[in-house]
Amino acid sequence: MIKGAIIGLGKMGLSHAAIVGGHQKVDLVAVCDTSSLVLNVFNKFSNIKTYTDHQKMIDVEKPGFVVIATPTKFHYPMVKYALESGVNVFCEKPFTLTAEQGKELTELAVSSGLVNQVGFHNHFIGTFRELKRLLQKNVLGDLVHFSGEAYGPVVTKEKVSTWRSNPAEGGGCLYDYASHVINLIQEIIGRPVKIQGTLLKSIYSRGVEDAVFSLLKLESGLTGTLLVNWSDETYRKMSTSITVQGKNGKIICDATEIKIYLKKSVPSENLEKGWTIKYITDFAIPVDFYLRGEEYSAQIDYFVNCVEKKQQARYNSFEQAMYTDLVIEMILEDAKKY
Amino acid sequence: MEKVLFGDNQFFAVNHLSDEKSREQSIRFKDDSSIIRVLDQAISLGINTFMCTTHDRIANICNHIRENPDNYKEFKIYPCMPYAHKYANAVTELGIVGTIKQYIPGNIFGTFAKGGLAYLNKDFIKLMELLIDAEMKMFHGISTPVIFIQNVLVDMILGLKMVEVFAAYDSYIKKKYNAEPGYITMNMPALLDALNSVGIENPIICSSINKLGFRMSGGKDIYEKYLNEKQFRPIAMQVLAAGALKPKEAIEYLRGFSKIESVLFGASSKGHIQETKELIEEYL
Repeated sequence: MIKGAIIGLGKMGLSHAAIVGGHQKVDLVAVCDTSSLVLNVFNKFSNIKTYTDHQKMIDVEKPGFVVIATPTKFHYPMVKYALESGVNVFCEKPFTLTAEQGKELTELAVSSGLVNQVGFHNHFIGTFRELKRLLQKNVLGDLVHFSGEAYGPVVTKEKVSTWRSNPAEGGGCLYDYASHVINLIQEIIGRPVKIQGTLLKSIYSRGVEDAVFSLLKLESGLTGTLLVNWSDETYRKMSTSITVQGKNGKIICDATEIKIYLKKSVPSENLEKGWTIKYITDFAIPVDFYLRGEEYSAQIDYFVNCVEKKQQARYNSFEQAMYTDLVIEMILEDAKKY
Repeated sequence: MEKVLFGDNQFFAVNHLSDEKSREQSIRFKDDSSIIRVLDQAISLGINTFMCTTHDRIANICNHIRENPDNYKEFKIYPCMPYAHKYANAVTELGIVGTIKQYIPGNIFGTFAKGGLAYLNKDFIKLMELLIDAEMKMFHGISTPVIFIQNVLVDMILGLKMVEVFAAYDSYIKKKYNAEPGYITMNMPALLDALNSVGIENPIICSSINKLGFRMSGGKDIYEKYLNEKQFRPIAMQVLAAGALKPKEAIEYLRGFSKIESVLFGASSKGHIQETKELIEEYL
């Protein structure tokens, strides 16, 4: 059994704690948070040890890995301490407050040979993996345009502020919501290298944007749009999609289905001319313990397997997450022009 | 329990296969009257149990039922609590203590006459009971013979191995509501083991059971083994694997498991409701 520990018991931290706790290869030995209410629940109903000091927890428990799910501003010092203590790290997104900090942590993780992964869970949704595979097989021919979109009802009224509404602490739609889409574009289609126009709109929040609309240019020269709005209550929950258009057709992909339109059939992929619709039921990654969606368990399974085999993560490495933070900085810089 | 339980996902734009269909549903069921119309159709086809979340809009449906008692004489509701999005959004926005303050009725310091939050900090079972009471308020005067905890919460407690919470839930539902406790889960075999470990025997467990193995964590084989060998009262949900299976082959699969007592399904048209109901009655 690998010893696991969790730092930060908010919504994501509790969810990770349950998934790690339910994992057959892991013994969840300790959790750390500042809320005595939450820690007392653990003390009363479980055998998991509780800490309020993450350094002490790492020193005493010597876990094989930690999951860090604290507010973004704490990621840098906490990840650094864990890596320096020789502990493998799974960190929530967004990675760090600056790409510079992310770069330092990436170098530290790589030079120490420790497994490093960030919680961009969309890469563990089968439909997005299928989209990447189809693009690699070139079913669309030369690409002409892409659009990465996400909409959801996070901030739907003016209200009290938390760290999520403070841009200096990694709050706002760009860091919290759009980062998922940027990361998907980056890993599925290609890395953005230039921003060619940006609109950041505050709808209900003060001091922070609720919507991000941006024009991205990728390494390959392909251009496309990033359209993200977390103040859209016409969506029941976060809905993320990627559309890619090529000379031979178009693919629209989200977490539940992948819709393919082809001008000419692609026999090697068994894809006919016209529309083909495929569903998540064909692509879902099987998991042993399910909490909120296969992807949340699958990303932890993958991380635990990497820890077990002492293998670097190919999906969602620190380096990939650091690049996403870099694109966010490029977007913020671009927005200043207007 | 009746063989056929009518679910509510279709009313609240929950569709596991398509965001587009989900939006269509949200438009179609904008008004409570459109939900009531479909419920009445289900009743006219002989379905008398509605299994639903504690969504705010269900409170309006409950008002309608109380105002028209003659139309709903045999009608039962199996509440499923909590409506997770409500709490998840509140935790993101207000934190855990803020969420408790928002959802515990009245002033928390009034509820716990002495010590307020400090007292709460020691008596989580009491807190759970207060939250259950808050969720159950909307069903006042309506028959609720089985009361479920939703899968997100069940599976979180299961993952955290806080199994004594199940025992406390079980005894409170029996004592206070004179009802059967039920559990919805995506991890049926592990949950049954956990419930048995705290002395809960022959529990009502609602889980995905379908020919494709969709949302059957740990795999179809272990689910089938438990359905064949263990002692519990299974309800099958997601039998159509989110629509990937045709109703006939989907329900035919269930015939192999004599223990399954009921099937939970949702549909928006009278034709679909009738077709699925007849298949369930034929094969189960």
